[in-house]
Amino acid sequence: MNQFLQQLINGISLGSIYALIALGYTMVYGIIKLINFAHGDIYMLGAYVGFIFATKTGMGLVPTLIVSMVFCAILGVVIEMIAYKPLRNATRITALITAIGVSYFLEASTQKIMGTSPRAFPALLPKGLIKLGKVTITYQQVFILTITILLMIALQFIVTKTKIGRAMRAVSTDTDAARLMGIDVNKTISFTFALGSALAGAAGVLVGIYYSSITPLMGLVPGVKAFIAAVFGGIGIIPGAMIGGILIGIIEALVSGYGSSLYKDAVVYVILIIILVVKPAGLLGKNIREKV
Amino acid sequence: MAKNRFTKTNFLWLLLIIVSYFLINLLINIGIINKVYQTVMLTIGINIILAISLNLIIGITGQFSLGHAGFMSIGAYSTGVIVKQMGGNLSSVFIGMAVGILLSSIVALIVAIPTLRLKGDYLAIATLGFGEIIRIVIQNMKITNGAAGLVLPKLLDWKLVFLFLVISTFIVVAFTNSAPGRACISVREDEIASETMGINTTKYKIMAFVIGAILASIAGTLYASSFYVIKPDNFSFNKSIDILVIVVFGGMGSYTGSFVSALLIGILNTSLQSFADIRTIIYGALLVMIMIFRPQGILGNYEFKFSNLLKRFNKKEARS
Repeated sequence: MNQFLQQLINGISLGSIYALIALGYTMVYGIIKLINFAHGDIYMLGAYVGFIFATKTGMGLVPTLIVSMVFCAILGVVIEMIAYKPLRNATRITALITAIGVSYFLEASTQKIMGTSPRAFPALLPKGLIKLGKVTITYQQVFILTITILLMIALQFIVTKTKIGRAMRAVSTDTDAARLMGIDVNKTISFTFALGSALAGAAGVLVGIYYSSITPLMGLVPGVKAFIAAVFGGIGIIPGAMIGGILIGIIEALVSGYGSSLYKDAVVYVILIIILVVKPAGLLGKNIREKV
Repeated sequence: MAKNRFTKTNFLWLLLIIVSYFLINLLINIGIINKVYQTVMLTIGINIILAISLNLIIGITGQFSLGHAGFMSIGAYSTGVIVKQMGGNLSSVFIGMAVGILLSSIVALIVAIPTLRLKGDYLAIATLGFGEIIRIVIQNMKITNGAAGLVLPKLLDWKLVFLFLVISTFIVVAFTNSAPGRACISVREDEIASETMGINTTKYKIMAFVIGAILASIAGTLYASSFYVIKPDNFSFNKSIDILVIVVFGGMGSYTGSFVSALLIGILNTSLQSFADIRTIIYGALLVMIMIFRPQGILGNYEFKFSNLLKRFNKKEARS
């Protein structure tokens, strides 16, 4: 039982990071139906920007987090402008291949600039443990979960309560109708990218702190897993991404705790395929019938 | 009425194959194609097989698969394990190839039946997942020596790669021009419409997928027996993307395009050898640029045919 609780806690803290990345996927997919393959690499760049800023200036967590989020937001908008905007009316496969190209470009450029070897991320959070019986929770886990929840609340506020959030929901429901109602669709899409990328940047910094090591290819696997999380919860649905992310984190932690950590990635992929086959709309999604 | 197989165009194709065989042979014998270029040539040949087999799935049938490297690894590892067990001789390569074909078609069926019901990018992600599962399983098996991989003797020379290149090209072209191939094209163009016309779309999608997987496994066998070392990392998601780049660059749906782009990319890779680190940067930028400026690839869906050439030739003659 203790081990189960321990793995549950590890899973939730890891899963909350997946959820942050998954939110970016799900918002972008909801609005332009694009699997933004480069999203995992924006998360990686967020970690690197945080690393450079924290080591050069020696500042604490909050400034690092903000710098990295702002950088990623701008990067996300720029990528959208250069690579995805010209393809607004192209097929989805074309857009997907473009996203893969962007992902390659970002990874290889980082490898070229920062080197391929892992870098040690500075410890921005106090080290320490809270013991609850036999279960231990690190301060880091507490902080990560707190920051993630705060960011999610902020996101939920932006999406449901502000004008731009309403525009986002309108564009994702029906782009043409939104345009007819006088919504600047391009601006809204750019904002969505900024928002999603900022969350990915935050996730990058948090993962950097959690594992204390970053590499140029660190975005690949979490990127795919976050996407799986988004699909799991129902792609395009914001609460779905949060739930999906945390569930994927828990499943992964339980598999490595009880089974073999070598197979934890395989289990996640198997889950993905089962969801796609059984309920492609995801946990919170509604099945839509195809019309001819 | 039996179709006449001895047409002028078929004869010209045969001639082209024989001439290129002897030309390559000659160039090797007089030393213009040295050891380095031979390796490049092998890579290009294997890449062409991979590209045309993926093109059959993506370009002709319109099913977006990102797990092609998985099937390649099945072929490579079947060969690798059997060569290791039986000792390195050429017959073990062929047994390995047969086992690889059998295994990959079984796996392809298992993958295809549930996932091909999905569409577009969902299918892409599902096949990506399957490709990665195959890699993770290989990485954790004893017989495949885990992440360290297998070291094999070199058992093939370019002649066998050439032979299988010709055979695979024949298979995909013949399939595409057959009735099932036409059905696949109709699935690509409009799945609902072709279903309405009474085409069993699932059946043809699976057919194309399995043929593609088998050819990829053959390419894997050729890879394993000509490059000494196979590791699970060689067959990761990145390899699938490399193959995809070749297909997209050449033009989805054009086998001629796959040939041309595999050649061009092979040459590009060789000339960028000293800049290996910026190669991927160029790849990424190239992929984005192609998609923005020429999404149909270099050749679009143009296909080189002798019959067209002959027609033009005849027209000219008639005019003069």
